[in-house]
Amino acid sequence: MRALITFAGLCLFWQGLVSAFDMPHYILPGPGAVFQTLVSSPGLFLKHGLITATEIVLALIIGLAAGFGTGVLVWQSAPAERWLWPLLLASQAVPVFAIAPLLVIWLGYGLASKVTMAVLIVFFPVTVAVVEGLRRIGPYWPEQAKLMRAKPWPFFWQVQLPASLSTIGVGARIAAATAPIGAVVGEWVGASGGLGYLMLHANARMQIPSVFAALFCLLVFTLSLYALVNLTTRKLLFWTEER
Amino acid sequence: MATAHRHIITLTITAPGSGYPAGLFAPSQLRVASGQTTVLVGTSGSGKSTVLRVLAGLQEVPENFTVDGLPADCKRAYMTQDVRLLAWFTVERNAGIGGRLRGEPEDPERLSRTLEQLGLHRDAHKYPGQISGGMAQRTALARTLLESADLNLLDEPFAALDAITRRNMQDLVKQHFDGKTVVMVTHDPMEAVRLGDAIYVLAQSEPGGPATLTPFNAASDDAPARAEQLYKALQSS
Repeated sequence: MRALITFAGLCLFWQGLVSAFDMPHYILPGPGAVFQTLVSSPGLFLKHGLITATEIVLALIIGLAAGFGTGVLVWQSAPAERWLWPLLLASQAVPVFAIAPLLVIWLGYGLASKVTMAVLIVFFPVTVAVVEGLRRIGPYWPEQAKLMRAKPWPFFWQVQLPASLSTIGVGARIAAATAPIGAVVGEWVGASGGLGYLMLHANARMQIPSVFAALFCLLVFTLSLYALVNLTTRKLLFWTEER
Repeated sequence: MATAHRHIITLTITAPGSGYPAGLFAPSQLRVASGQTTVLVGTSGSGKSTVLRVLAGLQEVPENFTVDGLPADCKRAYMTQDVRLLAWFTVERNAGIGGRLRGEPEDPERLSRTLEQLGLHRDAHKYPGQISGGMAQRTALARTLLESADLNLLDEPFAALDAITRRNMQDLVKQHFDGKTVVMVTHDPMEAVRLGDAIYVLAQSEPGGPATLTPFNAASDDAPARAEQLYKALQSS
């Protein structure tokens, strides 16, 4: 309900701006014009939206899995931390925009280059969250595990991992919110479909309502994905809800 | 009180030594008899927990400490006042965590028997967030008992509990650790008298000086009188 009120308030403010400054459609269309564009050709937005959604979901799954695996490796192995950590940091120092054209040359105009781009954005926050989460456990349970003669994997799955889930959940939520950036940047650099491609295409033809309509689709999908990840995290962390 | 017990562990402190924690202790000796509850009583900061952690193998043995009769493969269980139950497991799953972490097959009969003995069977499926502090302590006690350890180390396990719950927990310890080897640390003379087959006072002869482990032998068999004597021994230290 709060989200709807906020959305309605933003639309009113937006329409107020357009009316007050008498903005032409090719500079800033009003929400009504954007809505009209959206309902006039739903098939077009659905087609391109599905392409972008596939890229984002695939990138999120791969990014979460790779981030989790790397995080566990870095946490578990001191040599892995020494060797991998500088590389991970270096990967974040390079702007994604700078390597996007290279990825398109290497991986082509299809799905792979966009998914890779989004994975590069998602991967780091997930890895950091996994490492930090696993380190947060404190000395009590590792000491108990030593006395109990616990085996490493049962201890990891039953104690270490659940104890770090709330921190890992933060990384997953950041990943869900940032994965679309990678996909859209990838589509801007070189693609034959997707909301980013549609935005660029419409922008070049001054079809600004279509740019906003594509942005709206991207926003709705990103918010839905974030809500889904948030809900999943809360379900996994059921014990924090009971308090 | 049993009299003819074989001493299984002797912790000897040979010289004051230097640095932490060696400088904390004066030459003295702690003898832990099998099947008995040995209580270390002392004021806060006297080094009780250090002794317990050395026996648990959780702290490196200081240079001036010699521990005899404690083989490396001795199975130890360690319970503190901060029981840290795992919030994602029920009372039942928390109690049986040790076996599961070792990958041992579950023994549901033994588990439910232990929970029943500690009055936890009705709350076995509750989560730690749904139970009281006393029940959490009983769950930790069940976890410790189910370990069937050769040496049970209890570090002020009931310090944070109210008087009634504390008394109930003492009764449960007395009942369920009977015949087991226990070393318990407390700062409460009455608790020491109620639970201890042997009592050691860990106290500093002068403020800031090294602490000495001294066996406490009460002149009276009456528990309140013994507690009073122990209290005076602590006060005079």
